[in-house]
Amino acid sequence: MVSTVYAVTLVCMGLIVAVFYFVIVNSKKVEADYPSITKKWYGVRSKWFLFLLTLGIAVSFVSTNPFPIPDQKKDYPENDHQVVKVGAYQWYWTIAPNTVDAGKPVAFLVTGEDVNHGFGIYDENLNLVGQTQAMPGYTNKFLHTFDKPGKYKILCLEYCGLAHHAMITELTVK
Amino acid sequence: MSSTAVASGKIEYSNSVEYSDSENRNALIAVKAHLIGGLLVFLLMMLAGLTMRAVQGTWLEIGADLFYQIMTVHGVGVVGAAGIASTGVLWYFLRQYVRLSNSIFWINFIIFLTGVVMILGSIFLGGYGGAWTFLYPLPAKSMGVWSTGAAAVFQLGLLVIGTGFLILYLDMGRGILARYGSLSRALGLTQLFGKEAVDYTHPATVVAGTMVMIVNFLGIAAGAVVLVMGLINLYTPEFQPDALLMKNLIYFFGHVFINATIYASVTAVYELLPRYTGRPWKTNKVFYAAWFAIVFMVMAVYPHHLMMDFPMPQWALIVGQVLSFGSGIPVLVVTGYGALMIVYRSGIQWSTTTKLLFLSMFGWAAGVIPAILDAMITVNRVFHNTLWVPGHFHFYLLLGLLPMIFGFTYHLIGEGRQGDQLKATDNLGFYAYLIGALMTSMVFLASGANGIPRRWATHMTEWVTFAQVGTVAAALVVLGALIFTLRALISLPRAADPR
Repeated sequence: MVSTVYAVTLVCMGLIVAVFYFVIVNSKKVEADYPSITKKWYGVRSKWFLFLLTLGIAVSFVSTNPFPIPDQKKDYPENDHQVVKVGAYQWYWTIAPNTVDAGKPVAFLVTGEDVNHGFGIYDENLNLVGQTQAMPGYTNKFLHTFDKPGKYKILCLEYCGLAHHAMITELTVK
Repeated sequence: MSSTAVASGKIEYSNSVEYSDSENRNALIAVKAHLIGGLLVFLLMMLAGLTMRAVQGTWLEIGADLFYQIMTVHGVGVVGAAGIASTGVLWYFLRQYVRLSNSIFWINFIIFLTGVVMILGSIFLGGYGGAWTFLYPLPAKSMGVWSTGAAAVFQLGLLVIGTGFLILYLDMGRGILARYGSLSRALGLTQLFGKEAVDYTHPATVVAGTMVMIVNFLGIAAGAVVLVMGLINLYTPEFQPDALLMKNLIYFFGHVFINATIYASVTAVYELLPRYTGRPWKTNKVFYAAWFAIVFMVMAVYPHHLMMDFPMPQWALIVGQVLSFGSGIPVLVVTGYGALMIVYRSGIQWSTTTKLLFLSMFGWAAGVIPAILDAMITVNRVFHNTLWVPGHFHFYLLLGLLPMIFGFTYHLIGEGRQGDQLKATDNLGFYAYLIGALMTSMVFLASGANGIPRRWATHMTEWVTFAQVGTVAAALVVLGALIFTLRALISLPRAADPR
């Protein structure tokens, strides 16, 4: 996912660079008949707009079906999930239990006990595998199934004051 | 006030408002004050950014409290400088079409400076380091790092600045209504929907100015509401507004305000590229439709900041995702595309002015890409609050917004006149800035793709190299901006109006 998004970004930016470079290279030669230029390129613009519109509709539909955030009104019972209660405090975490099994869905019930925090799960290579906000007054239900066992890090991803960057703990996946 | 005349069913405007010489002189001084003030703040904020990257790169050691104070001033300073400088650009052009008050323009500037002093005091005397987003209830819960008073002065400073802008927008609204009769007419909607014949000379600046006035008025009003609620909470802790409601209001205000700065500054591109290419930037139905859509999209797109707040209604997050994509279309199809057409085979003379204005179109168009992708819920799950986010907004701001403001400043200086030779220092400034800004943004994006969180005073060992490259990049940005700012300080005060 991350590398795909990064690659798409670089390719699209590269295309935009190429278009601007093409126009710069062709900027000195004068074509006095501007209406003929606009007529030609307005035609291209219509097709460009339709392409973007179609792309937007398709990507929006595919990426939101099924909706990627778990239903917050649903309960995630212990017989189907490993339920982990997460409390975020200035500047530490409470995670109970702090050991889960790989291959079985985990339901994290995450809340902020004082201010807003961000519950971010990182694997052993420091890749971010998922996150949710930890808000005062709310419990965010975040589902994740770990593929691999290991020592995962929990980092705070919402600025919460002086020791925000020190708000790190560990989650063991067996 | 200019007259309007009806000819063949088409409304024709004589587009220029007449002012006395003293009014024009005073207005030019005011615009220069906005630009110089904005550029100086930008430069200082870039130094703040450079400092933070050097700390993250372990090349500089400061306490976490100072780091987060610098982070707070960097955020609020850039947003403030963007607000005041872009207002200078928009006001300069808009007053040519609608009668605006010099006094109110100055009043806003003085109120702004008052707010800046309050904010600086709250941060560097009071120790406030709750980030510019003052995310409730953090200002009230610092664990003893800053006082309630410091948090209150910070929020009051923002409130004061917002009030100044609201007064200015009231004057803009008055001027627009006096000239065009209704906001919809100023936006070109009467032409778009066939009630009036299409007038290709209807000023793009009026359309943009009306859009900015509408959205910022509402955005700042929402900001005022959330700031007042935050202030009440500071002194009456029993009053505890809903954290998610506060977040919605803060991001609505913040998103609208910072986005409006680029929509205000793009008037420099609409007004100046035609002068340097000899080709008109005609308004038409597509242009009106795009700006009409922008009015709604800029205000409704903000839930893309709240995608990891799972209790948000599903429809709101889908709206945030879809409109994020939609917001990219006007720049990719109308404004950026229009700039490409107007420059293509135009024989344009490349000066620092024109290079910066054209660069701004690239920065805006390319900056859309990482923003749109991050605004997909499924992508946001692994990019939200990583350095990907500053990656995309530094792209927008450093390569989109600031080149518009710098380009306009060079135009006012008179640098872009036909036949003028490019100065070596300006060239150095341009390329140092271009390379530095590109590198800064791309290093942020690469860092985000590697999961590095934003707003961390201390980086893990694995992340330090990214920060060190980012420090070098930021130093180049500072060099470029320093040259631009020095040029403005030396040449702008005595420059005549190039109109």
